Amino acid sequence: MEPLVSASKLSAFRAHLEPTSLSIPEALENAALSFLDQNDFPTTRQEAWKYTRVGKIAAIHAATNDTLDVTVENLPVIDAEAFTIHIVNGHIWLPSTECPKGLSIQKLSDYSAEECTHLFDSWASEHELDVFSSLNTAYLQDGIVLKIDSNVVIDQPIQLIHSNTVNNQVTNVRHFIHAGSGSKAAVILGMLSSYEQPAFTNGILHVNVEANATLTIDKIQSEAAGNCAITSELVKQASGSTFTMNTVTLNGTLVRNNLTVLVNGTQCSTNMNGAYLLKDKQHVDNHTVVDHRQPHCVSNELYKGVMDEQSTAVFNGKVYVREHAQKINAFQSNGNVLLSDSAAINSKPELEIYADDVKCSHGSTTGQLDEEAVFYLRARGLSESSARQLLVGAFIGDVIEKVENEAVREFIHDQLTTRFGWQLV
Amino acid sequence: MISIHNLHASIDGKEILKGLNLTVNAGEVHAIMGPNGAGKSTLASVLAGREDYEITAGSIAFDGKDLLEMSTEERAREGLFLAFQYPVEIPGVSNVNFLKTAVNEIREHKGLEPISAKEFMQRVREKSALVELDASLASRAVNEGFSGGEKKRNEIFQMAMLEPKLSILDETDSGLDIDALRIVANGVNKLKTPNNACIVITHYQRLLDYIVPDVVHVLYNGRIVKSGPKELALELEAKGYDWIKEEIDSINQ
Repeated sequence: MEPLVSASKLSAFRAHLEPTSLSIPEALENAALSFLDQNDFPTTRQEAWKYTRVGKIAAIHAATNDTLDVTVENLPVIDAEAFTIHIVNGHIWLPSTECPKGLSIQKLSDYSAEECTHLFDSWASEHELDVFSSLNTAYLQDGIVLKIDSNVVIDQPIQLIHSNTVNNQVTNVRHFIHAGSGSKAAVILGMLSSYEQPAFTNGILHVNVEANATLTIDKIQSEAAGNCAITSELVKQASGSTFTMNTVTLNGTLVRNNLTVLVNGTQCSTNMNGAYLLKDKQHVDNHTVVDHRQPHCVSNELYKGVMDEQSTAVFNGKVYVREHAQKINAFQSNGNVLLSDSAAINSKPELEIYADDVKCSHGSTTGQLDEEAVFYLRARGLSESSARQLLVGAFIGDVIEKVENEAVREFIHDQLTTRFGWQLV
Repeated sequence: MISIHNLHASIDGKEILKGLNLTVNAGEVHAIMGPNGAGKSTLASVLAGREDYEITAGSIAFDGKDLLEMSTEERAREGLFLAFQYPVEIPGVSNVNFLKTAVNEIREHKGLEPISAKEFMQRVREKSALVELDASLASRAVNEGFSGGEKKRNEIFQMAMLEPKLSILDETDSGLDIDALRIVANGVNKLKTPNNACIVITHYQRLLDYIVPDVVHVLYNGRIVKSGPKELALELEAKGYDWIKEEIDSINQ
């Protein structure tokens, strides 16, 4: 435990935040507050934060009066055809258009105390106390509860767009997705704060994928300089379900993604794909966990990164295969290309396998672009920069291809072209 | 077309080319033969602009312009083409897409409009047929999973697409069976016009049965030590290189 005297940064940070007005179960809220009283922001001495410094977040003095005169229609989106919910500075704007059939959407702030207790309690056993989850609990502004009825297929993607529009905005939101048994849906999580400003989104998403349901989440992060985000997804999968998460980070000063998938049923498929494309002094940290607790499941994980200039990235991928979880196929791969001498990656695969009849593999590579390939392309008339762009695009292309929604892919391509001049082929 | 004068080139401080002279005119095919280590591939690399080599003396005029002042891509856009001895596999980059970029870079350099998608695909079909390259290979990732013969045919396919003024074939025959050799040579012959030229670098005479050179040069110890008509290749095939080495070494002593 850190000595209390060093807790000053966290208490200073909290001094500017509004305590939650939601009906969060008292025990949960008290546990969070007491954790925050006794701890400070994590330091690089803690294993989970070894390569990620959160000083930029700690330095934010939260704006007390967030302006809400925003016209959400003017805010950027990812898929123009999607059913779109805006979360602006932690406030939720539900669309006036009709909700797709089989989908129900409610704000957490509209929940009764009883409903809130029930919802939070259903996740209590999986909830781990740390500084950011405790901040999220104690200062929670609002959240979306998204329920997909059993046995419905929702063709229209559901899009949750997060933007911070005020200097020093600190946003604490928590969403819940419940994919009913046999349902199929796709959700886009966008983080698109477009103003250059110090701001911080502290988000949690709880996902329940019921038996034989198929749920895909495309998480697309493209925030202007200064914006920081620590967002966690905690996913539970029941038997026969398929869960796919594509995490693509294109911009943002400090980004930490915690993706945890608890595979609680048999015959599940879990796909975790990630791409991070960085420059300037950006820092992106992806921590993933897939926990195979039941036999006969497959998980595929592919994360790829390209780091230019002074950017840094972290990949930490944990795979657990529990003792009774036989016949598991778990694959993990992390590939990195460093485009500059000052860019860096810390990649750490961690496999803990307690079952004996499993197929697991992992691989981590870091390198530069193949200079012989650059020469080959130049010898055919391509400029050095377009040769390099082509090779970067090719490297990252196979992850981007995993995104099935064409509008989302197009958004990614556009961002890559404007921000990096990279073209995917 | 190209005029190389007193070219000296070294790599890691070791001199490989030691005063090479060579002139190739439009419409001509020149073969450069020579024993291992003579500097054949170095010549190809230097012409293409590989930066590992240091040019310590000499000059190269390409169509009247100073080739040594140009970057690799400028040389390509000016119409110089190197068929690689070891074509590089580039996973994820599709053959046709990259070629389209290359064609358009070259066209832009010439002040031409980008090629239309239709015209481009038509040319892909036409030129891939020329080297009997399966159209599906044309659209796959560059050289990835290609056999040795397919890689070499892909080089000639690219040459056909880019329509260079001067092509340098660096041991294009190595690793080819007789059928592939014939296909590659046939492709090269069909691309020959009075306005372009070709330098064929080879270790063996057999390629020259199919691509008939106007002049055969022998490269030895960093210099062209002997030039002659196509019959010289046959003589080299029959007698090996030792007689030339002896001849040259005795002169040098």
